[in-house]
Amino acid sequence: MGIARTHAVAMLGLTGALVEVEADISAQLPGMILIGLPDAALAQATQRVRAAAANSGCPLTVHRLTINLSPAALPKHGAGFDLAIALACLAADSTVAPGSVEQVVHFGELALDGRLRPIPGILPGVMTAARLGHTTVMVPIGNEAEARLVPDIRVIGVASLRDAAIWHGAALAPIPVEPILATALSGSPAAEPDLADVIGNDDAILALQIAAAGGHHVFLLGPPGAGKTMLAARLPGLLPDLDPASSLEVSSLRSLSGLGLGGTLITRPPWEAPHHTATAAAMVGGGNGQIRPGAASQASHGVLFLDEAPEFASPVLDALRQPLESGWISIHRANAVAHFPARFQLVMAANPCPCGQYGAGDLSCTCPPNARRRYLARISGPLLDRIDIQLNVKRITTAQLRLAAGTQRVTSHRARQLVVAARAAAAERLGSTPWTLNSQVPGPWLRGAAVRLAPRTTAGLDRALERGGITMRGYDRVLRIAWTLADYDGLSIPGPDEVGQALFLRKGMTS
Amino acid sequence: MARKDELGKLGEEQAARFLQGAGYTILTRNWRCAEGEIDLVVQRGVAVVFVEVKTRSSLSFGHPFEAITVTKLARMRRLAAAWCVQAERWPRQIRLDVIAVIAPTGREPVIEHLRGVF
Repeated sequence: MGIARTHAVAMLGLTGALVEVEADISAQLPGMILIGLPDAALAQATQRVRAAAANSGCPLTVHRLTINLSPAALPKHGAGFDLAIALACLAADSTVAPGSVEQVVHFGELALDGRLRPIPGILPGVMTAARLGHTTVMVPIGNEAEARLVPDIRVIGVASLRDAAIWHGAALAPIPVEPILATALSGSPAAEPDLADVIGNDDAILALQIAAAGGHHVFLLGPPGAGKTMLAARLPGLLPDLDPASSLEVSSLRSLSGLGLGGTLITRPPWEAPHHTATAAAMVGGGNGQIRPGAASQASHGVLFLDEAPEFASPVLDALRQPLESGWISIHRANAVAHFPARFQLVMAANPCPCGQYGAGDLSCTCPPNARRRYLARISGPLLDRIDIQLNVKRITTAQLRLAAGTQRVTSHRARQLVVAARAAAAERLGSTPWTLNSQVPGPWLRGAAVRLAPRTTAGLDRALERGGITMRGYDRVLRIAWTLADYDGLSIPGPDEVGQALFLRKGMTS
Repeated sequence: MARKDELGKLGEEQAARFLQGAGYTILTRNWRCAEGEIDLVVQRGVAVVFVEVKTRSSLSFGHPFEAITVTKLARMRRLAAAWCVQAERWPRQIRLDVIAVIAPTGREPVIEHLRGVF
């Protein structure tokens, strides 16, 4: 009796696939059958679409509708296909123009009164449509601003199914409705805390700036109340604004996890601080049916902060080793593989022992030595090996508090300028290599002919290696930090001072 | 007779006339047994067709076809078999059809015919 087709997008990780939605009307008793691996929410689309169409003044046919989502073997999730299904059904019945419906990619969930609800993942979805060569998308009005962030594609925002049908040529008079807008329109995050709030702990403040300049991972060890969390929370404020590509990636991930974007891309690095009871799925992504990004992906191009790191389950911590190495997380399922970016900067904080007082000076530790040793051993060696800066944070003393009142402390704004300059210097120096940050440079290259430091410069470091104080891997990491220190101070090459400081930032934990 | 029964009667009358016009021969009308009733049993060529007629005066409570449920269809299938047994006829082809009659008061009724529902 009639057949029509249109398009929608199914998301898998950050990449999407185009889905063809076909509707066929056959001379049978009323019914609506949806095939093509829908999940529970999508299978219920038939009920929403029928009610929404009737309440929009363009009821579906009274005959049997068969709707196929092709490719049929690709699993599809969520209510975002409602609009495409409704328009395919109306086009099969010639209520709307089939030729017009076929040219457009549709997004949106239907309310029973026919209005369109905003859906998550619009930004990556529309980007997929644009990448696959489509020129027009139709989105719920609550998602219109977000869809317009994608360049070179025509975006039509509609408030209701009736408006959508009218756009596609239905002979109906428009009825204004109250549009459903996205709930979270807050594009601007809360103000970032300032580095100037930190009193004392000059080593840690320096370490933080060096970490920001070189993109180094950080481990902060110290008793409770030493200010580890306070320090870590200031790291995103020191990082430069996101470049356009990472901004799009961060915004896409945010959109995919259902947090509204509004009309602006995210330009500041994200900050994720999962609780230590987080599961592996919460950390790297996963979930029932639809695969969602985890905290590690949400922190991509920003900071992933693990407070009380030894309290995390060790499989959760070790799950981070793959993304630390490759910058990507791949989640494998029987029928699909999802890839998420996870190029985060890791900051871990820990107490030195279960009671937290070991090494604090004023109070004595009550932990048996064995408990103390076991506590930090929960963070596996391979993970700790990937962390360049390992620093002991001490509690502030009264003297430091008095002293700090009179001194000028560096602000986040100033530090960020220095970080930007240091990153630019590193990028220029590494111009002929595939790397842009010191933390990405492999050891052999650092020790290679091109940038080898004079023996006089590395004398202290060589002695530490000789004595067995550091390993060869640790040696490379110290070199990396030394280069970042040089970039940060505006030197063209690190001197003995920088190498010494780097050794301290690396070995501060065990001293 | 209640108004709804009158409407049903009218619809069946209309449907019978429609089928006769389409070349069907009427074998039985309102055939009853213990399990229920078949509105019309008609024949064209080798096919014996069992017809359920649904009549509505307006669409405000849904289309007549929407009132044909899975259980109703299953009962029609059982009734068709029962009719064949009692009539001692074993037709080469059996079909279940549904006819919707939309009869607004004072206006010409609209008839829709679905062939071979299952």
